Amino acid sequence: MKSKKLALPYAVWMAVFTLVPLVLIITNSFQDKSGNFTLSNISKAWEYREVFLYSLEIAFVSTLICLLLAYPMSYMISRMSEKAQSIIIMLITVPMWMNFLLRLLGWVILLSDGGPIDTVLSFVGINVKLKDNDGAVILGMVYEYLPFMIMPLHTVMSKIDKNLIEAAQDLGSNSFKVFSKVVFPLSIPGIVSGITMVFVPSASTFLVAQYLGGNKKMIGDIIEETFRSNQNVGSALALCLMIIILIFIVITNQFGDEEAVGV
Amino acid sequence: MKKLHLPSKLYMLLIFMFLYAPITVFVVLSFNDANSATNLDGFTFRWYGEVFRDRMLMQSLRNSLLIASLSALFSTILGTVASIGMYNFRGAPRRIFQTVSNIPIINPEIVTGFSLMLFFTFLGTIFNFEMGFITVLLAHIGFCTPYVILSVSPKLRQMDKHIYEAALDLGCNQWQAFFKVVLFELLPGIISGFLISFTYSLDDFVISYFTCGPQFQTMPIVIYNSLRRPVYPKISALSTMLFVVIITVLLVTNIRDLRASKSDKK
Amino acid sequence: MKKIICLLMVCLLVIGCSVTLTGCKQYDGEINVYNWGEFISDGTDGSMNVIAEFEAKYNIKVNYTTYETNETLYNILSSSNSSYDVIIPSDYMVEKLIAEGLVQEINFDNIPNYKNVMDEYKGMDFDPENKYSVPYSWGVVALGYNKSMVNGEIKGFSDLWREDLSGNILMFNNSRDAMAIAMQLTGGNPTNATKEDIDKAYDKLLEQKPLVKKYVMDMVFSELEGSQAAIAPYYAGDIYTMMSNNEDLAYCLPEEGSNLFVDSMCIPTCAKNKDGAEKFINFMLEAEVAKANAEYIGYSTPNKAAFDILPEEMKQNELIYPPQEYLDKCYTFANLSEEVYNYMQEKFIDVLAE
Repeated sequence: MKSKKLALPYAVWMAVFTLVPLVLIITNSFQDKSGNFTLSNISKAWEYREVFLYSLEIAFVSTLICLLLAYPMSYMISRMSEKAQSIIIMLITVPMWMNFLLRLLGWVILLSDGGPIDTVLSFVGINVKLKDNDGAVILGMVYEYLPFMIMPLHTVMSKIDKNLIEAAQDLGSNSFKVFSKVVFPLSIPGIVSGITMVFVPSASTFLVAQYLGGNKKMIGDIIEETFRSNQNVGSALALCLMIIILIFIVITNQFGDEEAVGV
Repeated sequence: MKKLHLPSKLYMLLIFMFLYAPITVFVVLSFNDANSATNLDGFTFRWYGEVFRDRMLMQSLRNSLLIASLSALFSTILGTVASIGMYNFRGAPRRIFQTVSNIPIINPEIVTGFSLMLFFTFLGTIFNFEMGFITVLLAHIGFCTPYVILSVSPKLRQMDKHIYEAALDLGCNQWQAFFKVVLFELLPGIISGFLISFTYSLDDFVISYFTCGPQFQTMPIVIYNSLRRPVYPKISALSTMLFVVIITVLLVTNIRDLRASKSDKK
Repeated sequence: MKKIICLLMVCLLVIGCSVTLTGCKQYDGEINVYNWGEFISDGTDGSMNVIAEFEAKYNIKVNYTTYETNETLYNILSSSNSSYDVIIPSDYMVEKLIAEGLVQEINFDNIPNYKNVMDEYKGMDFDPENKYSVPYSWGVVALGYNKSMVNGEIKGFSDLWREDLSGNILMFNNSRDAMAIAMQLTGGNPTNATKEDIDKAYDKLLEQKPLVKKYVMDMVFSELEGSQAAIAPYYAGDIYTMMSNNEDLAYCLPEEGSNLFVDSMCIPTCAKNKDGAEKFINFMLEAEVAKANAEYIGYSTPNKAAFDILPEEMKQNELIYPPQEYLDKCYTFANLSEEVYNYMQEKFIDVLAE
């Protein structure tokens, strides 16, 4: 129980299955196909900067929408009785038990031309392409990752002491002040971990854009296309993506408590 | 406890409609006789029968369940032991340990999958093995264990340090003290770690996609390959069945839980 | 609560393990077949389930997986440590795989049904001595379009650059086919492309990109057949299949001529069960099996015995069996040098990433 040796098996495991593969990515990024040192893969990755920017843009908008949708939702849930809370939270997690791809395909059907939503809209006289554009990609991301935003927000909000809010009200704060001075500051760790949990996967996924997106590819798609044709360029792209994500996490963690990440 | 206002209720309803919309699509399609995603044509149960005759689909389901149970089991053991070991570290070593352990969670899935593929291909040429069951299992244990650690560690911190010593004083040997006292205290964390691992492993597509081989395909991969045609009633039927099983299990456990907590209060 | 969850955990484990153990039937071996998506008769809508029939006949288990492009197949074969027993690459890829020693010689003594193959499909350019490959199907690249979404006539590949179809055009998501179409329009040589041809084709594809709805391979089925897009270049057999599922679809043999391809069954060098692979290839050549496949996938069959028993409606179809005058206008792909091959892939990804 007191032994530090117990950490050894997992330390070895991490060295082998986490660190070595990452080292392989790094070494691969700086090699050409015959194994000589080169920077051309990295410069290739620089040529794809537009794709990186586009992915970050999509991820940013998706994260923002998730936050705007999830914040009131989590707040409402946290005001309910404990019994109701656990049921609602369960109902939010249930869709996540359906396969990720299937839920995505559900949207493909819902948004397709002549699909249910399109039929209703064209009945009212609105004719728009619902699928294969940036909007659809963002919708897909918001859908897939919204629960990841609600969960951490709910966790922190349900911990806010209700007496604190009542005290603030008794001291004459209006509801806006209660929110800005009490609820919001206390929910920051939840916001930070929610943002990380939505932003990271939506910046890197390759499936959502494949099914719901149009002719623009996200960085995940390009990595997927490249990794089989040229592993070195693929590695360089993966390395850059990893670094961007890392920088992002370091920045967001400045605003919150590190422990909250990933819970 | 304040009652929710009507706008709040409506808002929640809308969010739930959003969350459940694509699932409804599949439930409807699984009963659709027309073998098409756009035309609804009569009610049928036949896809539910055909699911069981589709050997590839059934085998992939078996593979997925096997991988999910094994990786949940191994990562729970590995993660629990590691959390206890880590608990005894302080300062920098502990922070480093924690950071490295979080890499699979923080890293984009595609990077993890890609790096593992490079690694297994590299090992495969040395030790002459192929991508398949083992590589998928190792990859899944790899990304599940951090979640176990994240759910067990807080329980360790909350635990009263003295109960282990008390057990020793009362004549238990180290193993007895661990299994009878410590493990019991950690159990909620261990169980949630196990369940998280099980679900993540069952649902994982990206990492399996990079690490599986021709002899061993998990269900998400078979789904991915078959979804390019516009019709997939069999897959809808299978998912509907899985969905019903899951929701029943969750409801039953939750309701029992609520009843139990109610009777506690009385 | 804890007890319940414990029980649940035990249940899950037991289910997981028992299902896995009891589900195993004893086979006399297994083969890994790596094929194009939607490229075998699989038993839907009353067709023959070719894999199940093969398994029943020889008691060999088939692990069937699919790929979308020749390039994926090549990269998997050359860089991953998975082994396959039967693959079905196209002409130029067969040549490339032979040149790089990734496929092995087939023992034709074990493939008596080879006699069913038409003579004109034996000893083709990519395998002149007929040692490595057994033709499975052939066809041309054609245009499929939705009559209700396209105004005016569709004549050829240049229509894929028509402004009025903007947002409704699908394009190949694989370098060789997409580049070939662009090369035909820019005066390049799709058979033996050079880097200059590729650069010109790259510009042409960039010009097209704003009009393109999506770059697709197998997803063309859900897009075109599901009436989500107006026009797509694709393999004739698949267009035939889609047309039989959607009455609004029509086809066009491009006036510029087109790519003629032959997909052949090969045995990779890494095969673990060559004997089983040869049994499988032989089985695929049986008249009834080849007919079932040809009917299901809609591609043209190089199998004489199967062609003879095909329904008249298919034999007469000019999309699947274009008239000789048209075939004379078509070209085939040759194996490109390593450098040009890589350059082409890189430039195509550049198009996608733009």
